[in-house]
Amino acid sequence: MQVNTEFRPKIVAFCCNWCSYAGADLAGTNRLQYPADVKIIRVPCSCRVNPLFILRAFQRGADGVILCGCHPGDCHYTTGNYYARRRMTLLFSMLDFLGIEKERTRVEWVSAAEGAKFAATMNEFVETVTKLGENKRLEDLRCKKS
Amino acid sequence: MQEIMKKKALTLLADGTVTRVLGWKRGDFVYDITPAVFETAEEVETAFVYNAFCGSNLSKYLVKESRKEGKTLVFLKPCDSYSLAQLLKEHRVNREKVYVVGIECYGKADVEKIRDKKGASIIRSVREENGMLSVRGLVDADASIPLYEVLLEKCESCKSKKHPIYDELLGDEGEVVEDCNRFDLVARLEAMTPDERYEFWRGELSRCIRCNACRNVCPACTCEKCIFDNDVSGVAQKAAADSFEENMFHIIRAFHVVGRCTDCGECSRVCPQHIPLHLLNRKFIKDINELYGEYQAGADPDTRPPLVNYTLSDAEPSIVHTRGGKDNG
Amino acid sequence: MQRIGVFVCHCGTNIAATVDVRAVAEALQHEPGVVISTEYQYMCSEAGQNLIKDAIRDHALTGIVICSCSPRMHEATFRKTAAAAGLNPYMVEIANIREQVSWIHKDIPAATEKAIVLGRAAIAKVHLNAPLKAGESPVVKRALVIGGGIAGIQTALDIADAGFEVDIVEKEPTIGGKMTQLDKTFPTLDCAACILTPKMVDCAQHEKINIYSYSEVSEVKGFVGNFRVTIKKKARYVDELKCTGCGLCTEKCPQKKVPNAFNLGLDNRRAVYIPFAQAVPKVATIDADYCTMLKTGKCGVCAKVCTAGAIDYQQKDTFVEREYGAIVVATGFNPIKLDAYEEYAYSQSKDVITSLELERLMNAAGPNGGTLLRPSDKTHPHTIVFVQCVGSRCDDSKGKSYCSKICCMYTAKHAMLIREKYPDTEVYVFYIDVRTPGKNFDEFYRRAVEEYGVHYIKGMVGKVLPEPDGTLTVRASDLLSNEQLRIKADLVVLAAAIEPDKSARPLATMLTASMDTNDFFTEAHPKLRPVESPTAGIFLSGACQGPKDIPETVSQAGAAAAKVIGLLAKDKLTCNPCVAKSDELLCNGCSSCEKVCPYGAITYVDKEFRGPNRTTLLRRVASVNEAVCQGCGACTVACPSGAMDLKGFTNSQIMAEVDAICK
Repeated sequence: MQVNTEFRPKIVAFCCNWCSYAGADLAGTNRLQYPADVKIIRVPCSCRVNPLFILRAFQRGADGVILCGCHPGDCHYTTGNYYARRRMTLLFSMLDFLGIEKERTRVEWVSAAEGAKFAATMNEFVETVTKLGENKRLEDLRCKKS
Repeated sequence: MQEIMKKKALTLLADGTVTRVLGWKRGDFVYDITPAVFETAEEVETAFVYNAFCGSNLSKYLVKESRKEGKTLVFLKPCDSYSLAQLLKEHRVNREKVYVVGIECYGKADVEKIRDKKGASIIRSVREENGMLSVRGLVDADASIPLYEVLLEKCESCKSKKHPIYDELLGDEGEVVEDCNRFDLVARLEAMTPDERYEFWRGELSRCIRCNACRNVCPACTCEKCIFDNDVSGVAQKAAADSFEENMFHIIRAFHVVGRCTDCGECSRVCPQHIPLHLLNRKFIKDINELYGEYQAGADPDTRPPLVNYTLSDAEPSIVHTRGGKDNG
Repeated sequence: MQRIGVFVCHCGTNIAATVDVRAVAEALQHEPGVVISTEYQYMCSEAGQNLIKDAIRDHALTGIVICSCSPRMHEATFRKTAAAAGLNPYMVEIANIREQVSWIHKDIPAATEKAIVLGRAAIAKVHLNAPLKAGESPVVKRALVIGGGIAGIQTALDIADAGFEVDIVEKEPTIGGKMTQLDKTFPTLDCAACILTPKMVDCAQHEKINIYSYSEVSEVKGFVGNFRVTIKKKARYVDELKCTGCGLCTEKCPQKKVPNAFNLGLDNRRAVYIPFAQAVPKVATIDADYCTMLKTGKCGVCAKVCTAGAIDYQQKDTFVEREYGAIVVATGFNPIKLDAYEEYAYSQSKDVITSLELERLMNAAGPNGGTLLRPSDKTHPHTIVFVQCVGSRCDDSKGKSYCSKICCMYTAKHAMLIREKYPDTEVYVFYIDVRTPGKNFDEFYRRAVEEYGVHYIKGMVGKVLPEPDGTLTVRASDLLSNEQLRIKADLVVLAAAIEPDKSARPLATMLTASMDTNDFFTEAHPKLRPVESPTAGIFLSGACQGPKDIPETVSQAGAAAAKVIGLLAKDKLTCNPCVAKSDELLCNGCSSCEKVCPYGAITYVDKEFRGPNRTTLLRRVASVNEAVCQGCGACTVACPSGAMDLKGFTNSQIMAEVDAICK
């Protein structure tokens, strides 16, 4: 029997309710395909995403985490994505500093009108993470050197 | 200096300005110094010490002490007073309940480095005079070591000899150290490939025993209850359930003190495993300085910390992908 | 432990064609806490909803998960369903298996697997859901209209006619806005003043309308139903209550060299002025930039001649604070500055004018009493060239990328009026396209071409050169005949693009209402909620939302009024219960959350807590105003201790979803 051993990444996408989640809905409405590896979690705003959630996802075996929010200037709550932008920039920089593949994390601004961008972003992100393979580093950082 | 400080403490206790004194006392060994609260003149007379090993930052204890009746006298080195200034900014310490005596400081000694210098032996006594430490061992000959050769890491890269806050100053007021080299090691790590960095941190963080010393000593970590101790937070960790938890702890801890960490270096000083945890904080500080403009926590009571601030033209997170640094292979 | 019901919707074949709905229901049946898991063709149908209601009752469910279309579509529907069956509506979670699964995946096993995972995540979340109760806040039954142009006037009149109080804040000394400067209006060619000024008077006389002229909004606090607005009444140095509008001061003022803004600087007025005869309120205003008395303390003529004793040189800006339930933005537009268009010689020749200047030149109350004369030598122009799209539909770097929408029609109007009044004048119009959608618009334009013989030329003007003899050489290309043209013109009229008023951007910040990159206010939904801002309680009227002509502005103004009336008619508003909540025991009182809150919903209180050994501790802790909080969650991440959490999207709920997805 042939076993399909092709690696499929686990991707968590945090989407803000007002822009990106709506953008994802539009991708659906327009039947724009992207891999089933992407699972979306709805949050009210990109600023609701705690770095803890992102690390938690990696801890529980996610291979990539992407955060999507309204374009800067378009936040439903006016300023949420500006804070998210700083938080994520610093967090991602730290992960990179620890030697974690920086391609596993991403922020993308997707408006409610950008269904196509949403699908394209997800396709691209899945491709990138698939190439990186399984997320071992973040899980193994503490393991003794073998 | 110790005697001047003692005198100051006794005077302020006697005239009722303060009801207690926050300082240092000797432990079992001369280099084994712990923070202590003195409530009587007698206690000050007998136990108060100040010497080359008083590296510990007393400001954090004020969170608790300033909730008590009466004023607390605290002796703060310049770096410690940044921590206090930050705590005041966060309303964690009641300014009215604190009497701050700033003390000049030219660096504190790292006993491990003295041991290394002197060879592995028991140290009986250390005397400091004019920047020289006279070290007496148990059996071997005495040695004289310049203090600057055995400074604590945090003192080697001292950022400021100026107190942002005090009621009274003992000794001379210094200046902010403009050309401190504190980001050198961070920059060296940044210049490595991700693989090399990963190996470096794996080597370091793998030693973590989650004793929580770094958190408990940190003057920014003054939460009423740490999320890692809170059963309902969902991330409480009694014992690490998997290898990831320490990483998560250290990353989140560093993240929680972003813009609040004054870079006092206590986390690394107390780490029994000698993990250079301060590098995590410094990485954040370096990023903030480069991306959002120079920011020193505790330096100014009115500035908005970088994480509760923004500009319309802030860098996008993708800058992490595009800015310099080597690739693997 | 919750008792959870799972309901998988087929959505006809929308879901069922790519997701094995039965397998999903089956798989989710075995999740912890799930007591019933079933599928149905259309969950949102009445029968589907009844199925859910019955299950809630029959199985004593404490939470339900609907695997269906996007929660943006039917979350509200299913919450109502739950409420009807006695279940708290916030015990409902939706797994989006249509937009996120069946519509984007083709492979049935993969889609089914993903649907199961999403279902699991929703179940994991609902386990941690808590019943939430929406709070209520009262509604102040008064509306504020910012901007007193035709948009603001119409909105105010409609709201006031419904019986609610309205305040109009207008930054100029009179209401009326741009329309007061127009001569005739397309496509009917009736005079602008004749149709506008009665409405201005209606506003002034309406017992429910209060006009703050020469005033600006300086601060906005609060939220839908309960805005607290500070209005700055700029010092006009004339007591509005005493001034009778007789105009004597405006005749006697010795300072005669003040460019008349109402006539766009084409003539002069005095330092004390009433913008135009039909101004509302008809009250004089002293222009502090030019008044000799205010500048040097020597003069005082106006005070001497004023029999009403209305002149008050000591007047200061005053501030009034008023409460409103709703705010309508009607800040309007302005033509752009033409500095970047030197090729048209606007700054070099007085005879190169904008269309709005032409309106004044042709207006009976304008500088020439309605006779069209060249500004330079007051002679009658025999050849007039109109240039369309100046700054519209062009490169972002130079002008506006959008179409200003009104220029095609007003240019046709101008051309027609000129040909009618001065048949000896040749009129050329250079255009990119002529855009005439609108009732009787294309007929109007065709009349200009066919009946009035206006020369429409498709092409752009390259350069306008002022000649020594006072004429203007217009160099242009005719794209249809592919010829280079040189026209010797007496007057060149530029159809300048229109842009939002400069006051709009700071106002948007105060209102926390979003704007697009061109500084037009964004609507809550471009098709379905075109007169509402995404910020609750803020409504949009007129050109502040996008370029518009008068009929469109008036209909939008009426629509905004209808929305405001709908809001003010309510006694109480139901708040969003998914708001931030601070755990006082964990709160450090550090103020991080307060700093990131865009609504000022967080305040600090000193509260007594039990300390060790029977002591009490006074601690500073955060407290959230649930009526003000909009539930963004910025504070939750700013909080290091985890004291701040967001109801409906709690830390543990989101982490439970993460865990379920990554399992």
